[in-house]
Amino acid sequence: MGWIPSTVSGRCYCIILFFLAGAPWIFLWTNQPFLLDLLCRGLILAIAATSLNLIMGYGGMVSLGHAAFIGIGAYCVGIPAYYDIYNGWVHLGLTVVVSAIFALLTGLVSLRTKGVYFIMITLAFSQMIYFTFVSLEEYGGDDGLVIYLRSEFPDFLTMQGPVALYYWIFSTLLLTLFLVHRLVHAHFGRVIVGAKHNEQRMQLLGFDTYRYRLTCYVISGVICGLAGMLLGNFTGFISPEMMNWIRSGELIFMVVMGGSGFLFGPLIGTGAFVFLEQYLPEFMKFLNPSWLEYWHLPFGLLLVLLVLVGKGGIHGMLSKLDSKAQQSSK
Amino acid sequence: MDWGLLLTQLMNGLQFGLLLFLLASGLTLIFGIMDFINLSHGSFYMIGAYFCGSIVARGESFFIAVLFALVGMFVVGALVEWIVARRLYRADHLDQVLATFGLILIFDAIVHIIWGPAGMAIPLPEFLDGQVSLGTLELPTYRLVIISGGLLVAGILSVLVTRSRLGMIIRAGASNQTMVEALGVNIHKLFLIVFAIGATMSGFAGMLIAPITEASIGMGNDIIIIAFVVVIVGGIGSVKGAFYASILIGLIDTLGRSYLDDLMKLFMSLDHAETAAPALSAMLIYILMAIVLAFKPQGLFPPAGIRP
Repeated sequence: MGWIPSTVSGRCYCIILFFLAGAPWIFLWTNQPFLLDLLCRGLILAIAATSLNLIMGYGGMVSLGHAAFIGIGAYCVGIPAYYDIYNGWVHLGLTVVVSAIFALLTGLVSLRTKGVYFIMITLAFSQMIYFTFVSLEEYGGDDGLVIYLRSEFPDFLTMQGPVALYYWIFSTLLLTLFLVHRLVHAHFGRVIVGAKHNEQRMQLLGFDTYRYRLTCYVISGVICGLAGMLLGNFTGFISPEMMNWIRSGELIFMVVMGGSGFLFGPLIGTGAFVFLEQYLPEFMKFLNPSWLEYWHLPFGLLLVLLVLVGKGGIHGMLSKLDSKAQQSSK
Repeated sequence: MDWGLLLTQLMNGLQFGLLLFLLASGLTLIFGIMDFINLSHGSFYMIGAYFCGSIVARGESFFIAVLFALVGMFVVGALVEWIVARRLYRADHLDQVLATFGLILIFDAIVHIIWGPAGMAIPLPEFLDGQVSLGTLELPTYRLVIISGGLLVAGILSVLVTRSRLGMIIRAGASNQTMVEALGVNIHKLFLIVFAIGATMSGFAGMLIAPITEASIGMGNDIIIIAFVVVIVGGIGSVKGAFYASILIGLIDTLGRSYLDDLMKLFMSLDHAETAAPALSAMLIYILMAIVLAFKPQGLFPPAGIRP
C-alpha cells in the first residue's frame, strides 16, 4: 500500500480530496443543495488562495491586492455576457490574456520594490482597478452586473447545473494544486524559494531573480483570474466589491490560517474561513439572538490570536502530530 | 474659466489634504519608528468621530466634546499599543497586516455593539454652520475651521518634532532605532507615546469630518488606504514628507475629480471623456504613487540618514 501517505497530515489531505471528489453526490443524496453551494464557493476561494500562496508562501511576495485578479476574471465573464456573448472559450481566453497582461504590467513596477513597499504598491494597483470598475457606469458601476447565463462550452463539457459546475471547480482546483506542486519542486520553484530566503545569494549564483519572480507573479495572477471567472459563473452576479482590499486581506488570512508555504495550506485555510463566515454568526445567534451581527468580533480576535500564538496555521498543528507520531513509532 | 469655482475646489483640496495629514503623520511615525504597518489606524479615525458625537449628544458644546474626545483617543491609543501593538513590532510584515486587519474587524464590531449599526450625525453649533463671504466668494465657515484646525495641528507637530527633546528622539528613532536604544532612551515609553499621539491625531481628523459626513462604521477603512499612499509618496518616517504629500494628494484628487473631464474634452470626444474621466480621476493618486515608487522608492522626502 505504498500510495497511502505515511504522515498524519498527508492522510488528512488524502481523505479531504476523496471527500471533495464525491461531495456533490453525498449532498444531493441527503438533499442539501445549500451545502453544495457553500462548497463551490469555498473551492473557488481555495483556488485563489492557492495562487496567492504561490507568490506569498513560496516566493515571499506579500500581495495585498490579489482580489483584483478575482474581479478581473469575473468581469471577463460579465462584460462579454453583457453583450450576449456566452461562448466559454471567449471568456476563458479573455480571462487568461487580461489577467496575464495586468499581472505583467503591475508586476514590472511592483517587483522592483520589496517588503512594505511591495504590500502597498500591490494594494494601490488593486484599488486602482477597483475604482476603475466603480466608475464604469456602462457596466453597472457600484451596483455590479448580473450574468444571466453561464459560460457555454459547445461540444465540450457543460457548466450548467450545480454538479457540472462543481466538477469544473473541483478539477480546476486539482489542476492548480498539481501545477503549484510541480512548479515549486522544479528548478523554477527552487529559485523562487531560494530568492525568498536569500536573494543576494541567488543573484550571486547567476539567477536573474527579478525575471523569475515576474514569471511567478504572472502565473499566480492567471490562476487567480481563473478563480474569478468561476466565481462569476457561480454567483451570477459580479460587482467591484469582489476586489475591495478587504477581500485581499481575507485571502491572506486564508493562506496564513491554513499554513503559508504548504501545498494544502490554502485549501484548509479557506475551508476554515468559509466555515467560520457561515457558522460563526449562527453560533453567536445561538449564544444570544441579538448577537448575530457581532460575529466579526470573535473573528477579529481569532485573527489577532492566530498571529500572536498560532504560528504555522492549521498545517503547523497537523505537522506537530506528524512529528509526535514519528517519535512514538521510534 | 470660473475662478470662484477654482478657488472653492482649491479650498476643498486643501481641506482634504489636511485631514489626510492628520492621519498620515501618525501613520508615518509609527511606520518609520516602530516598523509597524498599522492597517487599523483608520479605526481611530472612526472611534474619534463616535467619541465626539456621543459627547455632543449629551448636550455639551462641540469644542468641549472635541477636547474630551482627544483625551479619550490618547487613552485608547495607549491601551491598544500596550495590549496588542507592542507584541507585533518585531513580527514580520505579513503578521502585522493580518493582526491589524483583525483589529479593524474588532473595532468595527465594538462600535457596532456600543453605538448600533446606524451612523451618528453631529450637529454643528450655529455660529459655525453659516457662510463666510470673502469678496464675491461664499465659503462655509466650518470648512475654514477644518483648514485652520489642520494647519494648527501641523504647526504644533512641526514644532514638537523639530524643536523639542521628544521630537529629537523621535526623529532619531525614525533614522536609526538601534542607536537610539544604545544611547539609553527608554524605547518602550517612546513607542507608547508616539502610538498614542498618532491615534489622537487620527481621531481628531475623524472628529473634524464627522459633522459633514456623520460618523459611521467603516468610515476609516477607505481613507486609511489613501493615507498609506501619502506615507509612501512622502517617504516613510518623514513628517515633513507626509505634510507635502498630503496637500499634493488632496489637491490632485479634488481637482482631478472636478476638472479632468474638461481637460479630456479638449482632445477626446465628449462621450469618451465623460466615461473615462471619473475612472482616471479615481486612479490619479495611485498612478502618482506607482510613479514615485518606480523612480524614487524611498519617497519624495525620506528622513535624513536613513539606511538605503
